[in-house]
Amino acid sequence: MAKRLFIFLTLLAVAAMFFDFASHFRPADKLSPLAEHYVAEGPQELGAANLVTAVVVTYRGLDTLGEVTVLFLSAAGVGLLLAGRRKREDAEPQEDLHPSSELVQTAVQFLLPIAMLFGVYIFVNGHLTPGGGFQGGAVIASGTLLLFLALPNAKLHHGIMGELESFSGFGYVLVGLLGIFLAGGFLDNRFLPLGDFGRLLSAGAMPLIYVLIGLKVGTELSVVLERFKGE
Amino acid sequence: MTISVATLALGTGLLLMLIGLWGLLAQRNLIRLILGFSLLDTGIHIVMVSIGYVTGGTAPIIDAAVDPAQAVHTVVDPIPSALVLTAIVIGLGITAVMLSFAIRIHDRKKTLSIEDCTESKG
Repeated sequence: MAKRLFIFLTLLAVAAMFFDFASHFRPADKLSPLAEHYVAEGPQELGAANLVTAVVVTYRGLDTLGEVTVLFLSAAGVGLLLAGRRKREDAEPQEDLHPSSELVQTAVQFLLPIAMLFGVYIFVNGHLTPGGGFQGGAVIASGTLLLFLALPNAKLHHGIMGELESFSGFGYVLVGLLGIFLAGGFLDNRFLPLGDFGRLLSAGAMPLIYVLIGLKVGTELSVVLERFKGE
Repeated sequence: MTISVATLALGTGLLLMLIGLWGLLAQRNLIRLILGFSLLDTGIHIVMVSIGYVTGGTAPIIDAAVDPAQAVHTVVDPIPSALVLTAIVIGLGITAVMLSFAIRIHDRKKTLSIEDCTESKG
């Protein structure tokens, strides 16, 4: 009972703190000076139509490299925690999972290529439209999830997935280093021509970086999903 | 008095954070704890996005709908959106690791109750 009272009091204190914050909150009616610079100069400076992408990939590109690293570490952690857990349970043999109904299987055969293509579309157009590497990669991974729903015994080709993931991670860092030698600094996108504003091949190395991030996130999340499914 | 979109989003985010905190404090099932953590995480994302909202602004994407010369006065702040994008991905990674810990604990103890994890209790 004392515990419940304690929980209630804690929540009440936090709620009072939040209320104080919310009651003084006024929606901004203009941009902060830093954001103003990004919005005013970003399109000419970097050639990206999507300013969130300009911030994520170039202005704060180092954060994004850290983010990709965290995602990689968590995928590795999931692999480490869940690898070989079937071998320990030799006592209770793992029966094959039931395949789902024909309806689901047919629908997935139709939807899987579209889902994958949509994921690629999202990360290729990340510098022009809402979306980007992480979103596109998540769509690709949801395609993998569809596959596992229809065919629970499906297996991913670990060789190809591993190669693709290492290649894209390495490529991302390499593109960042090229920025140091050929342009203004690490992850600077301007060592490739900026091109015509708003076209697919524009904004320097930004589409390249987002394609690599998209491939990396897509393969990583697919492998994580397969780990959770159990092999 | 009319309530603006940003205030409404802020209130929703803070409420979600409170619900998540309650889940973390009051629940004893590992999956529910992870759900509480995710709610707390999502609440923080909504609060951050609502702080970056500029009244009447549109998405910070320069296309046919946004005049590049007037963009400074018509778009919302792109920086919180970028931060939240990072935060969502990291939250996802943390959730995946927590879920795999839950699977391992269930493998060993055949239960998901945190009451049975007493090894490190002082």
